Amino acid sequence: MRSENSYFYGIDRLTVLIYLLLVVMGWLNVYAAVYDEKHAVIFDISQKYGKQLIWILGAFILAIIILIIDAGFFTSFAYPIYALLLIANILVVFIGKEIKGSRSWFRVGDIGVQPAEFIKFAIGLALAKFLSNQVLHDAKSVKGILKSFWVQRNTWFAMLFFVVPLLAIKILQNETGLALVLTAFIIVLYREGLNVNYILFGFFIIVIFIFSLSYSPIIITLSSIGLFLFFLLFIQRNFKNLTRWVLALGFSIMLVFGSNEMYNRLLPHQRTRMDVLLGRGSVNLKKEGYNVNQAKIAIGSGGLFGKGYLQGTQTKYHFVPEQETDFIFCTVGEEWGFLGSIIVIALHFTLIIRIITLAERQRSDYSRIYGYAVASILFFHVTVNIGMALGLLPVIGIPLPFFSYGGSSIWAFTVLLFIFIKLDASRLLILR
Amino acid sequence: MSRNAYLIGRKFYIISFFLLIAVVYTLRLAYIQLWDDSYDLAAKNNALRRMVEYPFRGYIIDRNGKPIVQNEPSFDLMVTPKEIQNCDTLALCKLLEITKTEFLKRIKKAIQAPNSPIKPSTFEKQMSFTNYARISESLFKFKGFYFQKRSLRKYFKPVAAHVLGYVGEVSKEKALADPYYKEGDYIGISGIERSYEAELRGKKGIQYLVTDVHNKIIGPYRNGTWDTLAVPGNNLYASLDIDLQEYGEQLLRGKTGAIVAIEPETGEILALISSPNYDPNSLIGGKQRNQTFARLNKDSTLPLLNRALQGAYPPGSTFKLLGALIAQHDGLINRTTVFPCRGGYPPLNGKPKCHAHGVVNLPGSVAQSCNSYYAYVFKTIVDQNRFKSVYDGYNHWRDMVMSFGPGHHLGTDLPYDKPGNVPKAEYYDKIFGKGAWRPNTVVSLGIGQAELLLVPLQMANIISIIANKGYYFTPHVIKGIGTKHAIDKKFKTQHWAAVTDTNYYNMVIDGMQQCFENGTAAAEKISGIIACGKTGTAENPHGKDHSVFVGFAPRHHPKIVLACIVENAGWGGTWAAPIVSLMMERYLTGKVVRLDKEKRIMETAIKVPVKSIRKKRSA
Repeated sequence: MRSENSYFYGIDRLTVLIYLLLVVMGWLNVYAAVYDEKHAVIFDISQKYGKQLIWILGAFILAIIILIIDAGFFTSFAYPIYALLLIANILVVFIGKEIKGSRSWFRVGDIGVQPAEFIKFAIGLALAKFLSNQVLHDAKSVKGILKSFWVQRNTWFAMLFFVVPLLAIKILQNETGLALVLTAFIIVLYREGLNVNYILFGFFIIVIFIFSLSYSPIIITLSSIGLFLFFLLFIQRNFKNLTRWVLALGFSIMLVFGSNEMYNRLLPHQRTRMDVLLGRGSVNLKKEGYNVNQAKIAIGSGGLFGKGYLQGTQTKYHFVPEQETDFIFCTVGEEWGFLGSIIVIALHFTLIIRIITLAERQRSDYSRIYGYAVASILFFHVTVNIGMALGLLPVIGIPLPFFSYGGSSIWAFTVLLFIFIKLDASRLLILR
Repeated sequence: MSRNAYLIGRKFYIISFFLLIAVVYTLRLAYIQLWDDSYDLAAKNNALRRMVEYPFRGYIIDRNGKPIVQNEPSFDLMVTPKEIQNCDTLALCKLLEITKTEFLKRIKKAIQAPNSPIKPSTFEKQMSFTNYARISESLFKFKGFYFQKRSLRKYFKPVAAHVLGYVGEVSKEKALADPYYKEGDYIGISGIERSYEAELRGKKGIQYLVTDVHNKIIGPYRNGTWDTLAVPGNNLYASLDIDLQEYGEQLLRGKTGAIVAIEPETGEILALISSPNYDPNSLIGGKQRNQTFARLNKDSTLPLLNRALQGAYPPGSTFKLLGALIAQHDGLINRTTVFPCRGGYPPLNGKPKCHAHGVVNLPGSVAQSCNSYYAYVFKTIVDQNRFKSVYDGYNHWRDMVMSFGPGHHLGTDLPYDKPGNVPKAEYYDKIFGKGAWRPNTVVSLGIGQAELLLVPLQMANIISIIANKGYYFTPHVIKGIGTKHAIDKKFKTQHWAAVTDTNYYNMVIDGMQQCFENGTAAAEKISGIIACGKTGTAENPHGKDHSVFVGFAPRHHPKIVLACIVENAGWGGTWAAPIVSLMMERYLTGKVVRLDKEKRIMETAIKVPVKSIRKKRSA
């Protein structure tokens, strides 16, 4: 055993091992995705895989620096770090360069940094700081709307920690994907006592939204009324809470008709993404449906063992756009097949669940909450990224953690993860 | 920590939810990667371009090793519209000898569906070698154009068009139904080309090239490990004697009709002639073929009809041979049997009529072709005491006749043969009423008239049976395939007719020999060859009688069997008999000494009334 004074004492080896595996596999897949026989050397820094290697080495240095820093630093400076990054995310709109309609990049020469990637760990720190030593109050027993609202004030305040940057990133920077990621913090709030009804309510709205886009509002309305009557007459059989149920039904019907209105207010490309996913209207596989279709073809053609490394025809000849970034999972699916794909999925989920397990063993609320923040963010990225490649979720351009090409993304994830590794390593030293 | 201890349980919900997603994704992956293989196909279509190398079609060689059909390279000019760059249209038009409007029209066609701007389509089909040589020299200047090598058929002699058939572009329906063919591929459409398509076509070679998203060719896929070379088609060894075929066609020149020659001991078809015919070379190549085909199709003499297989004729007196065999088999007549003939069939007041001849026994009745004799023979067969009704008797006669081949497809290896017709008893019920007809009502069947119809191939096959004294091999035109020389077993199987006793055959053969010596074909005797034959005159409701002759030679160990019909040429002895006799002489001796006869026949044309042909077209 190394000495207790070593900077690396107590770090969770399994987590670090999975991290390293993912980073290396990601790099190999970026190489495959961008592969070009003219520049076959994997260290060629004029190519994306060469650059990715530099990002990776940089990430390792960042990881080491984080491990060297005292864990107390992150607890003490949680709010200043958060404030700094929030300001950066607003400043970027004025200083940053516009790329593809969004202003989210600080650019210095060839190197760009996306502050929206980094705010995730800052929100995690700030949220952990805010929520430690307090329970989110449940307003179940409180009568009166205003009063119950007031009782739950710390819940609302906690939500502001990620809702404010979410709005900044969505509205100011126009980065829908990176903004949506921040909703993952709801999972943290849930763990810390958020009433489960809020989550069910959100889920309910999403379900109705999707259903009312897929079927005509009339059908949904009629079937809701049918279900409602069935429920009243055969399950409930007592009409004590009748007003409440009728109100709920009325709300759902409003939502059904409102959904179409909401849908119509989406931006055209977002609308087509929804259409592609739901198979609404006529989806042209050469235009709006192209990405998802080609992604599915790439993955689907992989079979059990895949076509072999660098043998993927879809991958090699660039049929899938954005393959080295948002659609990197296609390379895995095509070249490594079903086996490779489930290994990648398994690694990611093992990492996430490992983090939750570690979080739960923390003595300090701070470390636990931060751990949940890391797990939630990773979960959201993995689920949405792979889900869209598999055609299960709409196309939302967010990277696959540790895999996708991009310096900001890999650095941000490294910082996010290693702060937790450091907190965990110091768990015996940090009091709650 | 203790304050929110009750929340610890929530970690299980969270973990369960995460794991649920992982499971759903795994199942989804399993579905699209392991279960649904449409994606695999889509990937191949996406990135791989199949370049087809067309194989050489197999040659066809005659029984003496003379080539009949070979190939000539031809070149299709292909264009991929998307790849055209800085094209000097004017220079290209000049090179191809087309106008600019024509050029633009073709490019437009190549862009529109079912073609595609990113896929190669044919710009000009089947260019000759000289044009190819001239154009390919400067084709490199025109990006997007390239030559695709194909091969065209080449016929050494302008003969045997009906037997050989022709090759043409595959139909849309066939291309959809059979995965081997793509639109624009060639396929045998008739004759040998059709029935032996699978042997002749060979195997297309396929080269897989990888393309990128812009359809640009990157290189061979997996270093060409999946590529296959084109395998040339098998050569076919035809049983045809191409010289005899040519000679027969010359003899039938200007006349309408058919000749079938078969080697009886094998069933190999030596010649199969249908007249009028056409030069098979005129049905090669896209444009030329379409024009010729349209012309031939409109021609009122029906040159596309293969009369040897599809022309159903009344066999006339040649059918008497079967009557003689069946009656002997049933024990009703023997060599010495005599029937009255008073210029016709006495029970029906001299109908059918007969010509003047002496009293004839069985062989004599064949040699003199006595109508009355065979009317009696027919009546006797149907009216046998053992039969309870005319139906039993008639059906017995019909079964016996059909065992010699008439009334059904012979199963030859050439497509589209007709079965002919031996009427069913029900047919006469319809005409005369149930039970209201007697053997004498339909007695003209006995002399090969009435509704009885045979195709010339069936006539020749009957003579094969007689020459073999009881059996035949299914007539076929291909005797060997590729290097193994193996043909379908069904052509090597003896089929026995219902009459098997050699003596009965000898009796009939005696008569057929007399036919050449002092009978109806006495004028066609070939010196040095004992030939056997039988004349026929098929009454024809649409005009003059058809002249029919069947025969074989030599009598012992027969080498060739022949059946010939010349439409509207009158009595069998005048046209069909000399043609058969000349063919025999030519085949057996290798030359013809009766040059006057040959000249007379070759130079005479016999017109066929249009009405008679219309009838055939509608039949």
